[in-house]
Amino acid sequence: MNPRRNVDPHGGHGTPHEPTPTIWPVGFAIGIACIFIGLILSPIVVAVGAVLAAIFGFLWIRDVTKGIRTVTEPAAEEPEPAPAPIPAGTRPAGPEPGEGEVIRYPRSKFLEAATLGLGGLIGVVVTAPVLGFTILPPFVKQGHPKVDVGAIEDFPENQYVIATYLLRPEEGEVSRRTAYIRNNGLLDDVPSFTILSNRCVHLGCPVQVNGLPIDEDAQTQVSEGQRVTRIPTAAAAGFGCPCHGGQYDNEGNRTAGPPVRALDRYEFEINNGRLLLGDTYSVSEVDGTGAEAQIHAYPLSGPGQHVDGPEGLLYPVQPPR
Amino acid sequence: MANKKKPGLLHKLLSILLYPLLWLEERTSLPGRSGLVGGIKYFLFRRVPGDISWGHTLGSAAFTAFIVQAVTGVILAMYYQPDPDSAYESIRHITDDLTLGWLVRGMHRWGASVFIILLFLHMGRVFLYGAYKYPRELNWIIGVLILVLGMMEGFFGYLLPWDQTAYWATVVGVNLQATGPFLGPFLGPILQGGTEIGQDTLARFYSLHMLVLPGALAGLIGLHLWLVVRVGVTSPPWSAEPAGRARPGPPPPPRSGLVAPGPRGARKR
Repeated sequence: MNPRRNVDPHGGHGTPHEPTPTIWPVGFAIGIACIFIGLILSPIVVAVGAVLAAIFGFLWIRDVTKGIRTVTEPAAEEPEPAPAPIPAGTRPAGPEPGEGEVIRYPRSKFLEAATLGLGGLIGVVVTAPVLGFTILPPFVKQGHPKVDVGAIEDFPENQYVIATYLLRPEEGEVSRRTAYIRNNGLLDDVPSFTILSNRCVHLGCPVQVNGLPIDEDAQTQVSEGQRVTRIPTAAAAGFGCPCHGGQYDNEGNRTAGPPVRALDRYEFEINNGRLLLGDTYSVSEVDGTGAEAQIHAYPLSGPGQHVDGPEGLLYPVQPPR
Repeated sequence: MANKKKPGLLHKLLSILLYPLLWLEERTSLPGRSGLVGGIKYFLFRRVPGDISWGHTLGSAAFTAFIVQAVTGVILAMYYQPDPDSAYESIRHITDDLTLGWLVRGMHRWGASVFIILLFLHMGRVFLYGAYKYPRELNWIIGVLILVLGMMEGFFGYLLPWDQTAYWATVVGVNLQATGPFLGPFLGPILQGGTEIGQDTLARFYSLHMLVLPGALAGLIGLHLWLVVRVGVTSPPWSAEPAGRARPGPPPPPRSGLVAPGPRGARKR
């Protein structure tokens, strides 16, 4: 297709700035494709792809800019004799000191600059708070009170209990959270709990217990406006996600599917024999089981984000929670 | 006007009917330049190549789909309530209770898919006909932006029914974007207005879906059409006929196009 037929190339604009024909984008595309394929197959392929893309990208840019470079070179020679003496009687537009003439900043220039400057200033003054209002609220005042999910005795040892509650009752069902709580018994006379978040660390769907919830034994407790429901489960065999098939074992370690780390966990404290849930934190993996488990803990990261390994470098900063 | 004839009744009636248009034209035009009416006439009756086909109507079809979305969306907004407690119920009310509500909601819901499908078909036609090439690269870029904004419309609109599918699909969609490197963890909260989908998310998505994005889309579509009129419609690649507007000078030699590409040097005349 030669679209130049459609528009007069010589009409008013001089010669068209049509890019020079070049074959290098093909190589560049192959390089990019190699990078993506390498992300799945091997880092070596990524490196090869990056090198290819860099080489062909350079050649492409060189080809495309050839026309511009050859055009501008002779043009650059022209302005050499330009600083000729200004003919008498004509005043330059800018503040050029003439002979015996007062240095003046033309009124029109001043008004132009003032209008643009003030307009820009007003624009900034109006835009900044609006932009802040758009972007900042999600990052401030995101905290929430600790939630009392029951007395220690309400959680039978070595059995997962589903605890579900509204994190902010005034917001309604949209703030519902669910935790899987297992009482590990005492470790050095201190109660030990494994408390997993039900949000899949693949993309945030609700992970389910691989085992039957015993709905008949569900207990509901209401205290301080907070309504917590506890549902015991029969012999949980890990957890599974309904969305994309991620599977986790009883410690929250990933066993199959797309999740990138172990399930997030809740911080907890025990106050007057009551179990209080705090914030969540992220876990790369858990060694061992129950009270003896060694948890590799990290600050809370969003689902799908690696916390360790080379991919973890992609998420250096987490927003305040 | 050489032989003076009394204007017929029909002619009189027509001139009375057309008078408002003349009035408008006179007040929007400069001497020697056409005004609003002339501009619309120019837009509607401009020259196009003789051998264009149905493929060339896909852009107009996509534009029509956008207008359908805009109109049905405005009507739906009269009944929809972007509040976590009442959104689902208001959708149910539109679908089940209101007269023809099911139809308008259906038009909006299915029209969304039609719009995206037509965008892709239009894009395919432009690509296969090479219509994105000089001097139309800018219009291709604007078209890509329209496609991206159209898909964002789909993403933000999907949450509004506020059922389980909408909710969890949006959870997945937002988290997917939050896995983007470096800025991803900040993008997620900005999108949903908090660390999790909460009471602000629905209104935020609603505002983006029915105010921000349609406005941007309308602006880009306007720019897109202006460029189409400005540079003209492309002929099919096999066409021997020059496209768009008349060009001065001798007609270009017929070209062989995709079937048998000419020698490379032939392009530079």
